[in-house]
Amino acid sequence: MLYGYAGHTLRIDLSRGTIEKEPLKKEWVDDFIGGRGFTAKILYDENPPGADPLGPENRFVIAMGPLSGLFVPAAGKTHFAAKSPATGGYGDSNMGGHFGVTMKYAGYDVTILTGQAKEPSYIFIDNDTVEVRPAGHLWGKGSTAVEEILKNDLGQEFQVLTIGEAGERMVNFACISHDFGRQAGRTGIGAVLGSKNIKAIAVRGTKDIPVFDPKGLPKKGKQTYAACREKPGFKGWTPEGTAGITNWCNDVGALPTRNFVTSHCDYADKINGKAILDELKITDKGCFSCPIPCGKYGLAKTVLGNKYVEGPEYETLALVGSNCELSDIHAVAHVNWVCDELGLDTCSAGAVAAFALECYEKGLISKEEMGMDVKWGDLDSIVYILEKIAKREGIGDVLANGVKKAAEKIGGHSSKFAIHVKGLEWTGYESRNAPGMMLGYMTADVGAHHSRCWVLGSDVANAVGGSQDANVHDLISQGADFETIPKADHKNVVPLVLKSQHLRPAFDILGTCRLQYMEIGLETHYYEELYYHATGKKLDFNKDLLTLSEKIWHLNRMFNKREIPDFGRKYDYPPPRFYEEPIPSGPNKGHLVEFAVIEEMLDAYYAARGWDANGIPTKETLEKFNLAVE
Amino acid sequence: MILAFNSDTCSGCKACELVCSLQNLKTINPSRAMLHVYGKFPEPGRYFADICDQCGECAKACPQEAIVLIKGTWRIDKKKCDGCLACVSACPVNVMMVDDDNMPYKCINCRQCAEVCPRDALTFQ
Repeated sequence: MLYGYAGHTLRIDLSRGTIEKEPLKKEWVDDFIGGRGFTAKILYDENPPGADPLGPENRFVIAMGPLSGLFVPAAGKTHFAAKSPATGGYGDSNMGGHFGVTMKYAGYDVTILTGQAKEPSYIFIDNDTVEVRPAGHLWGKGSTAVEEILKNDLGQEFQVLTIGEAGERMVNFACISHDFGRQAGRTGIGAVLGSKNIKAIAVRGTKDIPVFDPKGLPKKGKQTYAACREKPGFKGWTPEGTAGITNWCNDVGALPTRNFVTSHCDYADKINGKAILDELKITDKGCFSCPIPCGKYGLAKTVLGNKYVEGPEYETLALVGSNCELSDIHAVAHVNWVCDELGLDTCSAGAVAAFALECYEKGLISKEEMGMDVKWGDLDSIVYILEKIAKREGIGDVLANGVKKAAEKIGGHSSKFAIHVKGLEWTGYESRNAPGMMLGYMTADVGAHHSRCWVLGSDVANAVGGSQDANVHDLISQGADFETIPKADHKNVVPLVLKSQHLRPAFDILGTCRLQYMEIGLETHYYEELYYHATGKKLDFNKDLLTLSEKIWHLNRMFNKREIPDFGRKYDYPPPRFYEEPIPSGPNKGHLVEFAVIEEMLDAYYAARGWDANGIPTKETLEKFNLAVE
Repeated sequence: MILAFNSDTCSGCKACELVCSLQNLKTINPSRAMLHVYGKFPEPGRYFADICDQCGECAKACPQEAIVLIKGTWRIDKKKCDGCLACVSACPVNVMMVDDDNMPYKCINCRQCAEVCPRDALTFQ
């Protein structure tokens, strides 16, 4: 008996119309545990080399972890992966809510879609009954409407994921939406689903998940929930959730502003967590089994209408808010709603809209090409640009491919301010005085995404004179000067980056949210104990799990090498803006990370990783991690 | 003392359903729990719960008089219950459940849900 797992893989070939249910491979469980481990292994092994990300050969993989769906705090993460249309390399994105756990209750730890349906379709899963059904009536509809229609037709207990128009038209930053406000946003995962003609997946699961110790698990689970309640962050962090960091980011000069021209704005108080609570919030909205719900469901009121929307989360506040110079919380929330309905990742959508506004400002996109006189901070302009993108109309068709490819088309040095790594737009932490954070973004497997590494706190502490382990909130309360921040030291950031790059994705392997650990400090021994009660197996978090996380890092690097013909060091560079343009304003005024420093950091990073000077894992490194890949 | 629900603080996490099924049925399966949490979105954008408040409608419907009040909790006397399931259709909030053996089971006020709820949305009053 495989305890902690549902025990099955569901394979659907959409071209042939075949549906197969097979036992979950023991090899995957033994060597890769779950979630991100499964997706990395499956994509490397099963995706044909050179597959078109938007072609029928690309695998769309859904994977849960051994703790998903169990009596464990925040065990509601669903991991999606495919070769990314944004980067051409390994792509994944994960999502909270209730979808993945319901897949597990239906009996499936892993689902692999291949091929392409002949017509717009949705996948119906009711425990053992799996069907590919026509979805002509859903095509063209927004995420809210699709979810409402399917729940009304099938039953409210069905959990639904869907793509929007952007996914249907294979926009490179199309997302997956679920539960009226949760998204798997990154790497164009929604475009891959759209390329397969799959509009939605609806699942009902009512089966038991077998666990090793059904008497010990409730006891340990209750202890873990009680431990969460005792953490200061339980009451301190939860009310505002991720949005609570907005002012801090602005104070330390890390809030992306005006397409990352600068890193500080004078209206952060208007678009922060408090503004959400005061102006928008109706209810806290949590994911499955989460004791610290970061989701804030509310009502946005603008001249464009009243819209119910979950969020904005911090990333949306940063990328749609200050990065587009939107200074009104209702306007930011409205754009959040537009993105959700169209099926656009708010991180990339904000970054692309800001890039378009700068191109327009510099005359690289004419008024005729744009079709409207667009302005920074103007709600109408931003909604207009995003709708053009989702419909791939005019300039929207260019922007729909993301800032990297759009800059290649638009030219005129626009690539200098196309803020991305590997083709994935940079998220909400401006890093010209945060060299560790910058290195984390540069070297992440999926491109510029913070989910792989977050060492901004250490960078800032280092700059203001604290130790790299110092709590920055403490530094502020102790009166540290954040009016002008000295230049952060780039020396010795590599060990911190490596640690973070192994630690944060480790939770994606288990199938839980990392925020219980990261934000309120739930200790790792709880995960070890819960894992034992669930599976009957011992797991040393720091040794076994982090070693696996490191192994996956090498595997995904090799996937990128295999899939991207000239892959190597040059794919790890940040955009020129970050090493050519000093920050013009705010506490980090004058700072940048010189290109020589970037090279020095990469040399140190590659050496520490066991990669060659071009950033490719050496034969010895691959052998050390028992990876038989080329 | 009966179980009460506060929609203002519930965030829909279903930890209550998990502990209910695990504690009472020794399984990980929220669909078998003796309470049910659900959201209504997009409007009004709130969570609701179907819970047993020991209203006794199940007992009134039972032709065998197999559901008896013991210290404020309606309990099923399994020796008397013949599995007719009249109680199931009588339950106004659909929390009289049916087990794999086609026999009914219900909330016994074990209080685990209220103990675990991280939002204090479930309490005994």
